[in-house]
Amino acid sequence: MLDQKYYDTADEIIALHGAKPSSLIPIIQDIQTEFRYLPGELLSYVADKIGITEAKAYSVATFYENFSFEPKGKYVIKVCDGTACHVRKSIPILERLYSVLGLSEDKATTDDMLFTLETVSCLGACGLAPVLTVNDKVYPAMTPDAAEDLIEELRGAE
Amino acid sequence: MKYMTINNRKVAFDDEKNVLAVIRKAGIELPTFCYLSELSTYGACRMCVVEDDRGKIFASCSEEPKDGMVIYTNTPRLQHHRKMILELLLASHCTDCTTCRTNGACILLKLANQLGVNYVRFQNNKPKLPLDYSSPCIVFDPNKCILCGDCVRTCTEIQGLGILDFVHRGSKMRVTTAFGRPLSETSCVGCGQCRVVCPTGAITVKQNIHPVWEALADKDTKVVAQIAPAVRVAVGDKFGLPEGENALGKLVAALKLMGFDQVYDTNFGADLTVMEEAQELVEKIEAGDLPLFTSCCPGWVKFCEEKFPELRKHISSCRSPQQMFSAVLKEEARMDTEDNRKTVVVSIMPCTAKKAEILRPEHRTDGEQDTDYVLTTTEITRMIKEAGIDLASIKAAPMDMPFGLSSGGAAIFGVTGGVTEAVLRRLVGSYEPEDLEAIKFTGIRGNDGIKEATVNLKGREVKIAVVNGLKNAGIVMNGIKSGDMYYDFVEVMACRSGCVAGGGQPVPVTPQIKAARTEGIYEIDDEKQIKISSDNPFVIALYDGLLKGKQQKLLHNHHE
Repeated sequence: MLDQKYYDTADEIIALHGAKPSSLIPIIQDIQTEFRYLPGELLSYVADKIGITEAKAYSVATFYENFSFEPKGKYVIKVCDGTACHVRKSIPILERLYSVLGLSEDKATTDDMLFTLETVSCLGACGLAPVLTVNDKVYPAMTPDAAEDLIEELRGAE
Repeated sequence: MKYMTINNRKVAFDDEKNVLAVIRKAGIELPTFCYLSELSTYGACRMCVVEDDRGKIFASCSEEPKDGMVIYTNTPRLQHHRKMILELLLASHCTDCTTCRTNGACILLKLANQLGVNYVRFQNNKPKLPLDYSSPCIVFDPNKCILCGDCVRTCTEIQGLGILDFVHRGSKMRVTTAFGRPLSETSCVGCGQCRVVCPTGAITVKQNIHPVWEALADKDTKVVAQIAPAVRVAVGDKFGLPEGENALGKLVAALKLMGFDQVYDTNFGADLTVMEEAQELVEKIEAGDLPLFTSCCPGWVKFCEEKFPELRKHISSCRSPQQMFSAVLKEEARMDTEDNRKTVVVSIMPCTAKKAEILRPEHRTDGEQDTDYVLTTTEITRMIKEAGIDLASIKAAPMDMPFGLSSGGAAIFGVTGGVTEAVLRRLVGSYEPEDLEAIKFTGIRGNDGIKEATVNLKGREVKIAVVNGLKNAGIVMNGIKSGDMYYDFVEVMACRSGCVAGGGQPVPVTPQIKAARTEGIYEIDDEKQIKISSDNPFVIALYDGLLKGKQQKLLHNHHE
């Protein structure tokens, strides 16, 4: 069971979009923005409030890569692996980040809840390839070394 | 009248909802996985593709029929498409076909054979997923799922539950519950309708065959069978008997050969239910404590508890026929001091939810479970085959007495409206043909999801609703809750058409097969001399004997 404040926030967000089935995606987007992830308990809560089955809500939430049931780190790093970034060697950057952060394809978030590492298919900044973003701030023309320095810098800021 | 040309043949049509329906009407059996006429059109499996005169290929289930259309259903291009689709489905399908429970009934296998797919070029690189054995009613094997979505749409559109849905997408897509929870932790009522529509072995009946064989082999155990009303018109399906034919006598003979010590009729239990439920209705009418909901269907009872707990108190305290009868059988065994054998009660049911019903805490008497095992019609079919018995050629045998005798009112428990009709017969208490006909034509028969009738009982107009399909039950319950609907008596059966189309019945269950089974049930009633439960002499004898002072203990549930 989550803290009551989560449900209160969800109630506000549901009121904002209207308690109807078609509001599902905007509601869970806002919830995810608020808490940096989509708590499963809230998804069930929202489903009940807007009159859809829990399975249907889960179906929608798993369809989109964007929704995460796992709490994400303070810094969400998205490494672009779109065509342009891929040919400009995005994979070595990703691999370096995995090893620096101790993460893998199956483990996206560090235990200290500081970093979450994801790949995305295109950030729309192909001219700057290879690109990564940290909480939506774009870092262009990256290299594995530059990525490692960036992590050190972010860690130092803590 | 409008016409279309199918394979160079002119075919008339009028309001068919799609091209596929017109094609099938013309006698061409196009294969499908994801199309069921009772459900919304999904258009995913692409097996029903056809080609038009301009070479365009489209799914006939998703196309509106138009006047002057010219289509072909079996061109080389279509054959190639269908085979390719099947090959791809087979490539990601668990192929332990030889040991699969659905062996013999699998539509994937049938179509692969029918369309000549005898080689699969691609390797299955999907990781093997664990099976869900958590439900006492059904087993879910995600490795055999072909994502046709029939179960998803049945659970949502027919049963109004929506326990299953698609999750993830692309190659990772699968059908599961919310958060992948085990079925036992969901609101699943165990009706098994998902299993009825599943074209492969992804959803199957939870098997209880093994412990029953063990009990039959044990000399120190007396095994007593009871056979539900709807089993007898379906058990012949896999032995080549005509659809809907009453094979009760043959089934009894087979059970005797397999070693059952006594074979009785759940219809006798149904007669007890009619006695108790009719009395309860009269009492409630007099007390003004209405509505009264039936309690025979465990899928419905669970549904009401899960979705409408505030209406739970209106469910009749009567046990289901199965549970009344098992309680009586076990009590009789306990009182029989001469026979030292252990008594095992096996009930043969059209229903998967009955497997969960027997495990409920209120269905134990003096610490002993009343019904030991439930075997569905499909399981008893398998056991008969395992025993090497050909049901079609075996000579019929009679049921054992005294619990083999039952009324016509009990016989019709297997169809929607049957419980109501039997209770009305008991309350009207007349054998005059016009009275029986009057009850028959009140509107409680037929295949509508929600049927209404008003009858005059004890000088009062009694409003009745007869509901089948849990989505319809939800509609009526919401109506009662909001005050938009009012009924005095509500009969609910979880499965559309009633128990004849239960989750444990042999598949396929097409609308024609449902109709044949329903007719078979009414024929049994037509041939019975005793129409009214209270005229069953053994019922009366039981009330004067074993049931004396034990009516509440053995025939009713006692919730707080």
